[in-house]
Amino acid sequence: MTNIVVLVKQVPDTYSERKLTETDHTLDRESADAVLDEINERAVEEALKIKEAGEGEVTVLCVGPDRATDAIRKALSMGADKAVHVSDEALHGSDLVATSRVIAAAIGKLDSVDLVIAGNEASDGRGGAVPAVVAELLGLPQLTHAHHLAVEGSTVKVDRETADEGITHLEANLPALVSVTEKINEPRYPSFKGIMAAKKKPVETYTVADLGIDAGEVGLANAWSAVQSASPKPPRQAGERVEDDGEGGTKIAEYLVGQKLV
Amino acid sequence: MAEVLVLVDQVDGEVKKSTYELLTAARTLGEPSAVVVGAPGTAGKVTESLAAYGAAKVYVAESDDATTYLATPKVDALATLAERVSPAAVLVSATSEGKEVSGRLAARLGSGLLGDAVGVNADGTVEQSVFGGAFNVTSKSAKGTPVISVRPGSIDAEQASGAAAEETVELPAVDPAKSAKITGFEPVVGGDRPELTEASVVVSGGRGVGSADKFDVVEQLADSLGAAVGASRAAVDSGYYPAQFQVGQTGKTVSPQLYVALGISGAIQHRAGMQTSKTIVAVNKDSEAPIFEIADFGVVGDLFNVAPQLTEAVNKRKG
Repeated sequence: MTNIVVLVKQVPDTYSERKLTETDHTLDRESADAVLDEINERAVEEALKIKEAGEGEVTVLCVGPDRATDAIRKALSMGADKAVHVSDEALHGSDLVATSRVIAAAIGKLDSVDLVIAGNEASDGRGGAVPAVVAELLGLPQLTHAHHLAVEGSTVKVDRETADEGITHLEANLPALVSVTEKINEPRYPSFKGIMAAKKKPVETYTVADLGIDAGEVGLANAWSAVQSASPKPPRQAGERVEDDGEGGTKIAEYLVGQKLV
Repeated sequence: MAEVLVLVDQVDGEVKKSTYELLTAARTLGEPSAVVVGAPGTAGKVTESLAAYGAAKVYVAESDDATTYLATPKVDALATLAERVSPAAVLVSATSEGKEVSGRLAARLGSGLLGDAVGVNADGTVEQSVFGGAFNVTSKSAKGTPVISVRPGSIDAEQASGAAAEETVELPAVDPAKSAKITGFEPVVGGDRPELTEASVVVSGGRGVGSADKFDVVEQLADSLGAAVGASRAAVDSGYYPAQFQVGQTGKTVSPQLYVALGISGAIQHRAGMQTSKTIVAVNKDSEAPIFEIADFGVVGDLFNVAPQLTEAVNKRKG
């Protein structure tokens, strides 16, 4: 019996315009369409494959505002068994480390977790470090950026693939934490039956106080790193544009010489 | 002057360019101390080049565990030193592992984390570029020793002489129940071309290239410029070029001196990965392509005419 926890996050759709709120420089979550981050669906898929290969239970864990319920339902309709939703006004504006502490505390509330699976990087913050920080806080081995994952008995093996390092083969004993890349699998679509069943699956809701965390330790006012100012980048101005009259390549070469780029 | 810890990014004794960028940034905050975490004998190979970029001290944390466990030995070394010397800041390259090391270190030290900075200011604040360059943000750490990860390529490395005085640091033994063991490694096979995120010139091809075979037009221009080759998501999804070279929201973020886009329309997904490039040149048949809105120099025309001509002109100039 493998108990798996999958971390999911709702993010603004990258196809819509994303903005920072003018008043407090946090992500303007209202202005963009919210979706289950694509990478999370792959994390859920990987958990379901492990469960289907043996025995296990898949719990979805989401830290986010009330409307993140949609992301949770999506994961449940794919086949996850139950969900934990940490939702608290006090969390607004929490930084990466504080968010990781809340996630770690919520995982700590669950019974005998064998494997934590997350996406390797969310498409909004792109901090890319939440899974590693959660592993640090829980004292678990981090097997991050997995493009292949295998659980053999009490051993977990991962092929870590990153753009800057190449492929690293990793191994650890359970319990462990894995983060997956977008290449690991193609997530299934929820079936109609799955969507109907999801409505009856249990979703437990916690506040930060339920997790034993003081509201004074999280949120924007208590962040360990703070944004002082933010401004939309002045749009890049379109420069010179010419039609190719047979000398287009030469003209680029002249431009590059003029800019001292060649 | 306060020490600033810099984690050295090296592979088998070869120092990555991003380390020199960190040493340069560290000098705006205090006196740079390089931290070498590696197999026994590593420091001997790298000290000289660290001295050339102003490292006043070189902390040597060498052990067999350093190369057989992921990330943990680096976090251990930096945490040990941060507690011992109370540095003004800790700087780490914002690579995949660097982001993880810096996040874990901040959590362990109870410090503010400033991630993926593109500039470091003398007052300890950093500049960040978020949502693929759509917003510029200035941030500061509100607690403890600031832990800063710096995006490779965003700072110009400048030489300076440093004493590079070596000092040994004992690494604690790694607990295998808390760390992933490295059982094998296959480095990126990049051939002679520079690595995408480190390259000062990037030439990318998109859907307009039309096939995998025709990508050699992109490669030839790249080779004439000493550039890395990139590809748009459309080109990767069509099977023209391997995924490891994808530039954009779901691929790599690059910030070179020069970015040449061939047959790339410039969807927002792609722009997110390249619009902080210093100079952008675009070639596209479609005069309405959004890439022209951000290009410093654009040619409306067939890339199969324009690119080979440019390759030839560059080669001729090199003699």
